[in-house]
Amino acid sequence: MNFQRINALTKKELKKTFREPAVLFMIFLFPIVFVLTFGASFGGLGGSQPVYNIGVVNLDSAGCSGAAQTLIEALSNTTLLHVHVYADNQTAQNDLSQGKVQAVITIPAVFSQSLASYYAAPNNPGGWVNATVLLYLDKGSVVATQAIPPIIQNVLAAFLNQQVAPSPVNVQIASLIETRQLSAFEFMAPGMFTFASIFLIMMVAQSFTQDRENGMLKRIRTTPITPTEFMASQILSYMLIALIQAVLVFAATYLMGFKPAISVSTYILAFILVLIFSLSNVGFGLITATVSKTSNTATGISFLFVLPQLFLGTFVGASLSSTMQTVSRFVPSYYVTDALTSLFLRGASITSPTIILDSAIVALSCVAILAAGIVLYAKYFKI
Amino acid sequence: MGEFAIVIERVVKRFEDVIAVNDVSLKVVRGELFGLLGPNGAGKTTTVNILCGLLKPTSGFVSVGGYGVQRENAKVKRLIGVCPQENAVYPYLTGAENVELFGNLYSLDKDTFKSRRDMLLERLGLTQDARRKVEKYSGGMKRRLSIVLALIHNPQIIFLDEPTIGMDPQSRRAVWDFMEELKKEGKTVFMTTHYMEEAEALCDHVGIIDYGKLIALDTPKNLISKNGVDNLEEVFIKLTGRRIREEI
Repeated sequence: MNFQRINALTKKELKKTFREPAVLFMIFLFPIVFVLTFGASFGGLGGSQPVYNIGVVNLDSAGCSGAAQTLIEALSNTTLLHVHVYADNQTAQNDLSQGKVQAVITIPAVFSQSLASYYAAPNNPGGWVNATVLLYLDKGSVVATQAIPPIIQNVLAAFLNQQVAPSPVNVQIASLIETRQLSAFEFMAPGMFTFASIFLIMMVAQSFTQDRENGMLKRIRTTPITPTEFMASQILSYMLIALIQAVLVFAATYLMGFKPAISVSTYILAFILVLIFSLSNVGFGLITATVSKTSNTATGISFLFVLPQLFLGTFVGASLSSTMQTVSRFVPSYYVTDALTSLFLRGASITSPTIILDSAIVALSCVAILAAGIVLYAKYFKI
Repeated sequence: MGEFAIVIERVVKRFEDVIAVNDVSLKVVRGELFGLLGPNGAGKTTTVNILCGLLKPTSGFVSVGGYGVQRENAKVKRLIGVCPQENAVYPYLTGAENVELFGNLYSLDKDTFKSRRDMLLERLGLTQDARRKVEKYSGGMKRRLSIVLALIHNPQIIFLDEPTIGMDPQSRRAVWDFMEELKKEGKTVFMTTHYMEEAEALCDHVGIIDYGKLIALDTPKNLISKNGVDNLEEVFIKLTGRRIREEI
């Protein structure tokens, strides 16, 4: 292994990345601009929390003296919500459809009765009157669908836990942790690291096909460089690019208010995971370059790998259907985002089973995909 | 290395149903400048690619510098310098950076590299533009830079696939002069060209290849004499015909 050659080709690849405007944009500027724009839109600049307008329709037969009123007060006390009380559901739904509120909660007629039934026979669930709180969301708003349900759920959970446990009130909202402290942007921030790295697939595929098209790969093959040295230089280049990219994305997310309180070792693991994932994207890029005759074709074909990873394994997939959530288990990006979310948001330790499992899957898939990419490319286009 | 720098013995290269090189045999004496001539698609570049180890012949044997190209490819790579047909240079690097990259690929030490770089850039008229990005170069400048890359490690055997294509007459003349010097230095040069005047002026021996077959092999002077014509171009036309061909 000749490090002079590896170093020379690595430097060449880095210069290409920093000097070609299209590459520079796609790898660095696009994720940063995306994060900054997204963060500015949904993150609440300067650390201030966003406030969501929600409507409440109190259908409780007990009226203003019942438990429903206490719940409304609990919702109002939340700094994240601005509560509008509606006299009827139709008016509330109209406001929701016009975007005046981002969600509507209807408290059922039997709400107070349900709680009263519990108090009358706390050890006899069969005698309870069950109640369901309905939550209507602005389906056109990512913020509404992603951020409001966990907020409402937490308020309800807090309210009900103070009153009774177990609860006769049926709450069917997915659970999220530390809802009160996180903005919508912060929920999605872990996926943004994965999101940025995915575009390496396109860059690698384009780079290899361009070098093939303009005869550079053939020319390099007339020099004493060995296939191992050549591939090592490529992998090293993209590792460095991925590292710079991850640092820039982290800086941008930090600027937008994403400041997870985690240890240095957790940060290191997070960056290692992103780098390993980037290597698997190099593998996907090589597979793309193998089947693409031109760089234009490579751009198109790379989307076959980019889009599933994007929609199934990053923040984009936060509201996937249950079927697609199952499908998402087959893309590496899912495990990276899941691990980063656990590390950054859920406070998982780096030795927790979830993190170990996710890391193992990311590493194994990386080895398999990268090996497949190298073998296929070497077979059809000698390196 | 022996008397012959390049030996091609009964080489056949077949691409599916096309025979690109058909039973070609020739030898290039060490220190001579050999020209392989032929119409578009005749098999010139395929022959060069086989000699450089980029293509494996379907049958036959090739040796370069005394080493079998297929078996001892690593040794061959250290001996040869290749200027391919296309302008294979990195457009986003400067001329000097391209040269530096190739110097490193050949593991040159700093002093050797600097003296070779400065000499070659000077000889090929690129010193003034060495710090400019190659994407700003003209076609002729890229071609000259491509020759510099092929020669940076001072190879003993040089393959030049249409080295002066796209150059203006002044540049072409400068390259010719440089090639004459290479010959004086004892380098073996194997070139392909479409310019008969170039081959006639520079080459010790020429081979004419058509439809993959070597149809003539001699000195330019002898070929002209044998065919009873005035120059090499007339020899070429006489042997390969006047029909216009599409490049494969």
